[in-house]
Amino acid sequence: MLQPESEGDLARMIRSANAPMAIRGGGTRAPVEAGDLTTRRMTGITLYEPGALTLVAWAGTPMAEIDAALEAERQRLAFEPWEAARVLGRSGTSTLGGCVATNASGPRRMVAGAARDAVIGVRFVDGEGQVVKNGGRVMKNVTGLDLAKLLCGSRGRLGVLTEVALKLLPGVAASVTLAAEGLTPEDAVAAMSVALSTPFEVTGAAHDPAAGTFLRIEGGGDSVAYRADRLAAALPGEWRQIDADPWPAIRDATRFAGVEGDLWRVSVRPSHAPALVAALPGRWLMDWGGGLIWAETPPGTDLRAQMTCAGHATLVRAAPETHATLGTLHPEPDAVKRLTGGIVSKFDPKALFAHS
Amino acid sequence: MQMPDPNPAILSRKAAVVRRLAEALPEGAVIHAPEEVRAYECDALTAYACPPLAVVLASSTEEVSACLAVCHEEGVPVVPRGAGTSLAGGSLPTADAVVLGVARLNEVLEVSYPDRMIRVQTGITNLAVTGAVEEDGFFYAPDPSSQLACAIAGNIAMNSGGAHCLKYGVTTNNLLGVTVVLMDGTVVEIGGGHMDAPGLDLLGVICGSEGQLGVVTEATLRILPKPEGARPVLIGFDESEIAGQCVSDILKAGILPVAIEFMDHPAIIACEAFAGAGYPDCAALLIVEVEGSDAEIDAQLDRIEEIARRLDPVELRASTSAEESAAIWLGRKSAFGAMGQMGDYICLDGTIPVGELPRVLNGITELTESYGLRVANVFHAGDGNMHPLIIFDANTEGDLEKAEALGADILRLCVEVGGCLTGEHGVGVEKRDLMEVQFDPADLEAQMRVKDVFDPKWLLNPAKVFPLSVSAGRRAA
Repeated sequence: MLQPESEGDLARMIRSANAPMAIRGGGTRAPVEAGDLTTRRMTGITLYEPGALTLVAWAGTPMAEIDAALEAERQRLAFEPWEAARVLGRSGTSTLGGCVATNASGPRRMVAGAARDAVIGVRFVDGEGQVVKNGGRVMKNVTGLDLAKLLCGSRGRLGVLTEVALKLLPGVAASVTLAAEGLTPEDAVAAMSVALSTPFEVTGAAHDPAAGTFLRIEGGGDSVAYRADRLAAALPGEWRQIDADPWPAIRDATRFAGVEGDLWRVSVRPSHAPALVAALPGRWLMDWGGGLIWAETPPGTDLRAQMTCAGHATLVRAAPETHATLGTLHPEPDAVKRLTGGIVSKFDPKALFAHS
Repeated sequence: MQMPDPNPAILSRKAAVVRRLAEALPEGAVIHAPEEVRAYECDALTAYACPPLAVVLASSTEEVSACLAVCHEEGVPVVPRGAGTSLAGGSLPTADAVVLGVARLNEVLEVSYPDRMIRVQTGITNLAVTGAVEEDGFFYAPDPSSQLACAIAGNIAMNSGGAHCLKYGVTTNNLLGVTVVLMDGTVVEIGGGHMDAPGLDLLGVICGSEGQLGVVTEATLRILPKPEGARPVLIGFDESEIAGQCVSDILKAGILPVAIEFMDHPAIIACEAFAGAGYPDCAALLIVEVEGSDAEIDAQLDRIEEIARRLDPVELRASTSAEESAAIWLGRKSAFGAMGQMGDYICLDGTIPVGELPRVLNGITELTESYGLRVANVFHAGDGNMHPLIIFDANTEGDLEKAEALGADILRLCVEVGGCLTGEHGVGVEKRDLMEVQFDPADLEAQMRVKDVFDPKWLLNPAKVFPLSVSAGRRAA
């Protein structure tokens, strides 16, 4: 496994490479754990300005290191990245680069944006070994084409991320979760929609048919208590505050860890979610007010065939042959495929990253 | 500012090109009489103007596609245009180009509250989007100051921001999907009511691409429930540095205001003379606005007040009512009108790391004095998005060039401290020739490769964004 220790190192390795190489951060997210090149020796926070709500770090920096630095200043990442290690049964450490390359976002994504919305700048090495920078370290920047967005979620197909700049949020003093039991998928989505249409700033809205429906409010102590009361009064049915924090388990879909079966993440309009889950063959979990559905299917089943609505399904966990036959990512319409294919071949003309 | 020479072969074929466009489009969609195309010779960057070959005002995605297909076959450049409010010359025509306007595409196509989204045609104005949903308690967050006039098409092209993006983000953070027409007329659907891209985030690179990649005719936008209320506090300081410190301290303390606006002394004086808002005569003013219930607003304003008091402000006035809020915002909201009274002005929008505010403000003062010009600063301090307004006299020979040279020096300073050339207006033609200050050749090459894929003949929005010397080979090919 190649382990570059600097951007220059990495650029040299890519320039001299002539066979495809799978890129890894900590090996916690990719369909296959093993890779040919890892960024995990390129670590460290290079700049952290709490007063400007910005942080810059090398791509191999463990997320835990970033979380700890933010915690010390009572700040946090808006997009609440989900951790894949448990559902994929991996032991590695999640890195910033892996998080950004997969646009990994958790429950707060529906209101606070995805990883791609928090990334304000990137450096990367393209398939010809050329170092490219885009964006910067300021929150508002429309200078030139936004390649930083293009790199987010690109899964190593355009190049290897070396450095990422992030926009941060202040931390929260308190968090309250309201829960209801026994709602049908229709009623749960309707209730979450009511909640997300109030001004009370709901930052989590999930429904787990086995555990209940959950709504989260975060912020300052008095403000949270006030908004939780007002929200409960605005909702249909009976809601109570719970002491337990269900959000880490919802974020990482841990319900699906350690069991057989393929696992998917499906993005749809929330109003389409009830019909979709009714057609699913296995267990499921709704996040983002219904906009995200985690679904378990028998091995090798094509969940996309069940989708009658617009949206996309990413295969998170399956045997390598299932990834190969069904495709990890949702197939794109021809016109889009021509554009993405064109971009990939411009950035990676030797197809070095075709197996990333 | 240099523009490429118009292609004489296209100029000589004008009649044939116009005839083909007229055949492909309904009556009234094609404008070609010299006195009529003159209305489209510039946008809000009025220092530069050039009447186009012809103008097409499309009323549907199909018409946009038909126009582009004809121009593609004829090899005619196309300049997309929304409402023509670009401050960067983003829709400045060339003499051999067809201006393709989308202002007639102004319908709301779908509102879905259960999905918290609205789908519109992109000629609709920014404010009309909020207008379509506000009775039901929702709004569209990005609020550029031209929001009464500017079109969503232009907002997407420039990735527009506004005063409230500290909390709500800019256009790209509120855009869920687009219908985009490529230069060859192909209609492509990207995104929609669902979140995130299945593969490469094409939506992310289309937003802010300044008409270089395609013409966006429809957009799915995120709408948000209106907050219970909002109120500002006005804080005056004797020194700009201290005001800058106050901004950092507020953000570090864990408060996320919806807006932090900054005005320097020349701006305060000008606004006060124009609007009589009762601002104190001091070096720097901050207007910090927070949202929530009355009690939440009070609590946040108390904390901001506590932070500001430690820095010894010369004035601190928290609003307790809608009337007081209006009074605090009055001067800020009339800033551009007030500057207009002082003379002609260039409005820059370089963005800097918040911590560099004092250094950059001092640097701007020094540069301004060395040029013998005047600059007023009114800007979004929370996200470091500066708006130095360079005052000059367009009737004095050489004054515009001097103002532009000062502007370029100020933007170089912004890049030098770790910032960028433009935070929300876009590069257009205005900052095109400064791109090499911020980007290395490899950085620009990577961006141009994306354009190569979407627009291989380089016909869309010619001579914008990329320095002419850098794009020469591609444009000639």
